[in-house]
Amino acid sequence: MNRTRNNPLADDLVRPLLHTSVWFYGGVLVLASIVACGAAAWAYQLWYGMGVAGVNWPVFWGFYETNFVFWIGISHAGTLISAILRLVNARWRRPVTRCAEVITAFALMIGAIFPIIHLGKPWLFFWVAPYPSSRELWPNFRSPLVWDFFAINTYLIGSLLFLALPMIPDFALVRDRTTGLRHRIYGALALGWQGTTTQWNRLETAMGIMAIAIIPVAVSVHTIVSFDFSMAHVPMWHSTIFGPYFVAGAIFSGIAALIIAMAALRRMLKLHAYLHPLHFDNLAKLLLLMSLLWGYFVFSERLTVWYGNVPSEMAVFWATQRGAFAPFYWTMVVCNFVIPVSVLSFRRLRTIPGVVLVSCGVVVGMWLERFLIIVPGLSNKQLPYSWGYYAPRPAEVVIMVATFAAMALLYMLFSKFVPIISIWEMKVGNQPHPVEAAHAPADLAGVERVRS
Amino acid sequence: MTAIYGLYDDPDTAQRAVDGLRAAGVADADIQVMSSEPFEEYEFSHRDSGTWMHWMAGVGGVAGFTGAYLLTTITQQSWPIKTSGMPIVAPWPNLIVLFEMTMLGAILASVLTLFVTARLPKRLPALYDPEVSNGYILVGVQGPARDLTAALEGAGSGRVKRIE
Repeated sequence: MNRTRNNPLADDLVRPLLHTSVWFYGGVLVLASIVACGAAAWAYQLWYGMGVAGVNWPVFWGFYETNFVFWIGISHAGTLISAILRLVNARWRRPVTRCAEVITAFALMIGAIFPIIHLGKPWLFFWVAPYPSSRELWPNFRSPLVWDFFAINTYLIGSLLFLALPMIPDFALVRDRTTGLRHRIYGALALGWQGTTTQWNRLETAMGIMAIAIIPVAVSVHTIVSFDFSMAHVPMWHSTIFGPYFVAGAIFSGIAALIIAMAALRRMLKLHAYLHPLHFDNLAKLLLLMSLLWGYFVFSERLTVWYGNVPSEMAVFWATQRGAFAPFYWTMVVCNFVIPVSVLSFRRLRTIPGVVLVSCGVVVGMWLERFLIIVPGLSNKQLPYSWGYYAPRPAEVVIMVATFAAMALLYMLFSKFVPIISIWEMKVGNQPHPVEAAHAPADLAGVERVRS
Repeated sequence: MTAIYGLYDDPDTAQRAVDGLRAAGVADADIQVMSSEPFEEYEFSHRDSGTWMHWMAGVGGVAGFTGAYLLTTITQQSWPIKTSGMPIVAPWPNLIVLFEMTMLGAILASVLTLFVTARLPKRLPALYDPEVSNGYILVGVQGPARDLTAALEGAGSGRVKRIE
């Protein structure tokens, strides 16, 4: 077995780091411009105050919280899926994991910005951190917002480490294939990695432990985000189903985002040889499963509310079913359930374009779902005198659009500086399986393998 | 520093080189094997697989749990404000913080153990060859007591190099 035959693999996956097309610069310029517009909108809000945003009594949570929950949900694409696939040793995961883990890291960062934007005075953000203020007041550990602080930061730190550790051997590979400044930068990033058997053993052990630890953390993060709502006595928020409902929705939107990202990478970086239709087919099956699960949760939640017939909850219920929010609600149902089930149930329709289109619909549908959880409940509280109306203002819309651009920009830059597919894991995937090797012809299996 | 090493393009030959060095009287701990991917199916990969990392993760988890317990209880007792009819030290909400800090402790302890036991970060040592990144497997000995050329060449097709 000639190991150097893996060189084309390394060549293909290192090439995007060494060669830059004009399209890359154009894309970065466009996306950076949109992000700059978002930064300007935030600066405008900081200067003139929260009045420039649409949030007002009684709807104090609008687009910003919608985006917060949406992006935290998207973050479930990566580390959670990657960890599960790693634990079950799914061989098809190898080209997918890093693409997915990157989404987690960036989506968490973007999501965590929204509560800070919503504060209006972001320089006071440190008040949420658990340390005594000048008045000797400590943060209230009974507040879900403090739980968010712990959960999101734990997940962010864990996800960054889960992403970064397997990158070290790939940095070493790039270090050895480059010269000059690049060689020095990747040399520093490789931390002196040699690829000794001890290093490989320790890395794989650490990844195994982290895969086990990160799964309950990921589940806890979105459960705790759901607690932001379910701990409040707002109609259709105070629900015991919110934890698993939010987790299911998060994984659902995360898989959709992953499919879109993989399709974009496959096309832009010409990774057709590594991201096969099989990968999209497998993820599409997961997406179908999550669509059914999401539909089950929505049905359970709606049926319980409707059967209970509590007036304050029914006001919200009808506002979404046939009132002002009905167009958004039914669009959500079509995007998240009708289309995915209709398309993904049939193998013939699970083509890459088909799966990507469904995923785009799911992303839209899941954003609407977050909006429909937050705004109708706050607009129709228990007493009619406290009913109100919310419409987003330009600053909120611009900031929201800018975060989508920021996600795309960060992803582009990452794939420019780091092999977006884990090279060493792909090489391991190309090693013949022991059973295959035992039954392979001598010229394929190589000389007799040593197993002690 | 002096060293001798062979570069092999397949793990079977690398395994024979390791066996050859052992036969030549080189201690297992002195044999270095480097590759650009792990070879779990080969014995040479498992020479140093024993690790305390799982235990260290547990210790990290316990440390995280203890820290979170102290943080929450001391904080709540230091400023005893009753909110929402909950006790001053509210166990249910505190469980969330305890859980997150426990997991964070376990994760950080694992990573720390990885860095310490894999000796990272460090300067790239002299016994290394960039050909490893091209898929070759390096089998070598640092400061050999005698000439090991025959042991490395006897494994099969490969290139033997010396660092003087």
